Amino acid sequence: MSIAVTTQFICFAVLSLVIIVGALGVVLLENIVYSAFLLGGVFMSVAGLYLLLNASFVAAAQVLVYVGAINVLILFAIMLVNKKEDLKPMKYLNSRRLISTTICITLLSLLIRVDLSKVWKIANPNLSIGEESTVRIGEHLFSDYLLPFEVASVLLLMAMIGAIVLARRDVLTKDISTGLPVDQELIEKSDKPLLIKKN
Amino acid sequence: MSTGLDLEYSFNELLKGLGLSSEIAHIIWLPFPMLIVLVAAVVGVLVTVWLERKISAAAQQRIGPEYAGALGVLQPIADGLKLLVKEDIIPAKADSILFTTGPVLVLVPVILSWLIVPFGQNLLISNVGVGIFLWIALSSIQPIGLLMSGYASNNKYSLLGGLRAAAQSISYEIPLALSVLAIVMMTNSLSTVDIVNQQSGAGILSWNIWRQPVGFIVFWICALAECERLPFDLPEAEEELVAGYQTEYAGMKFALFYLGSYINLILSALLVSVLYLGGWGFPIPVETIANILNIPINSSFIQVITATLGIVMTILKAYLLVFIAILLRWTTPRVRIDQLLDLGWKFLLPISLANLLLTAGLKLALPRFFGG
Repeated sequence: MSIAVTTQFICFAVLSLVIIVGALGVVLLENIVYSAFLLGGVFMSVAGLYLLLNASFVAAAQVLVYVGAINVLILFAIMLVNKKEDLKPMKYLNSRRLISTTICITLLSLLIRVDLSKVWKIANPNLSIGEESTVRIGEHLFSDYLLPFEVASVLLLMAMIGAIVLARRDVLTKDISTGLPVDQELIEKSDKPLLIKKN
Repeated sequence: MSTGLDLEYSFNELLKGLGLSSEIAHIIWLPFPMLIVLVAAVVGVLVTVWLERKISAAAQQRIGPEYAGALGVLQPIADGLKLLVKEDIIPAKADSILFTTGPVLVLVPVILSWLIVPFGQNLLISNVGVGIFLWIALSSIQPIGLLMSGYASNNKYSLLGGLRAAAQSISYEIPLALSVLAIVMMTNSLSTVDIVNQQSGAGILSWNIWRQPVGFIVFWICALAECERLPFDLPEAEEELVAGYQTEYAGMKFALFYLGSYINLILSALLVSVLYLGGWGFPIPVETIANILNIPINSSFIQVITATLGIVMTILKAYLLVFIAILLRWTTPRVRIDQLLDLGWKFLLPISLANLLLTAGLKLALPRFFGG
């Protein structure tokens, strides 16, 4: 094995280990803040895997979108939710855990089965386009993938407006999940700006 | 296009002459540029800290550091030594793992971004294809480190500072990326070397600042906001938040934040000079001067002079911008958080979008001047 191949193998092994251990940590840790930070680590390691596959643009986009935007928003949501409530222990916790573990293992075995069947074409590593991939991605996004791309952006816009409607409690008078009337205090609070209003 | 000095090639040839395989020569070569750039970044921070002290003193009609070395040039080293030997304190109620990881996560992406800063045609660590996009992606990791240290400190000032820092860098990242996109559109490439080469046609006249004046201003404002410099230093606003997310930090961990913010400032200045001020280009193209003086551009002596001139020009431009940033810090008042977010979302974002559209239109209308 040449030095380059060895380095690549070591990188792959380390990244895979970080992804698997990190992902398990995200699911299994009790502290939600740790889970969120570990999720960022998992996203970064996935970006590392993309780099190993010579897809540097996808790797950078992964870091920008998943780590820089989504993970930061998750952390924001966790840190800004300051509603103090006593968490009751869930009923049938052990059986719930058992069911979800079974479903996850089934999904995993299904994925492994698909992976082993090799139904897809494996690109010739000698024909790798390397740095040109950025140009190719751009060409595809503006020609044959234009419609899916735009539809995805409309979907995100809808999600954003929905989130704003849900978060601004003065829009709806009833709580979405419980159907109870919204806490009046919160409505009054949102009318008063937190900072001095600009003239 | 002149290829300029290629130190890596010469070094590899030298080692091959000694009977080593090219692979091993490459591995021996690899750490050199990284070490040089790392040392350059740290020295740059020392210089900037000294400049900050001296210029702030001048702005307030004081003398500033005076006794440590001539004109106080050793003052930043004394500062650094003090931070090195200070006791490292982790508050009892803090989350020690996150508390330690936070500063590292703030510093590492900033240093990694130096990968793409070119000081000459071949004088950069790696001419990666995604170039400037790598910097945008890496700088988006920083808010996580800030949130982490703010949360782990278990202090309300720290948490508020961390949240403010993250909100600020998310809001200003978008106009920043959009103004970079306008440049990329003109260059047809993300690589920083290509961006500089595209501006090298007619010396100072072909610099991007003339073609992208709005983009330049938007980029500079956003870069200052990303560096958390005054007038945008809300995350560590002393009067409101003690020191923001740094409140509980001491010793080396505080030094990491300090180093990170100054390295980020120098990096931003370097990138402004690369994107808008012609990078390593001399105001009059070197080729023209060589032609007038009748010197062949490819002779090795001229190559060395050109490379040196390139490094000097890059650093000169960057430090001019650092000077402006320091002057701004000591002469402008801080904005309020609502003003900051208003400026980012309601002013800079539409302007940079319009700038992008205008650039696209001009590129179609005048391909000669705006890159075909």
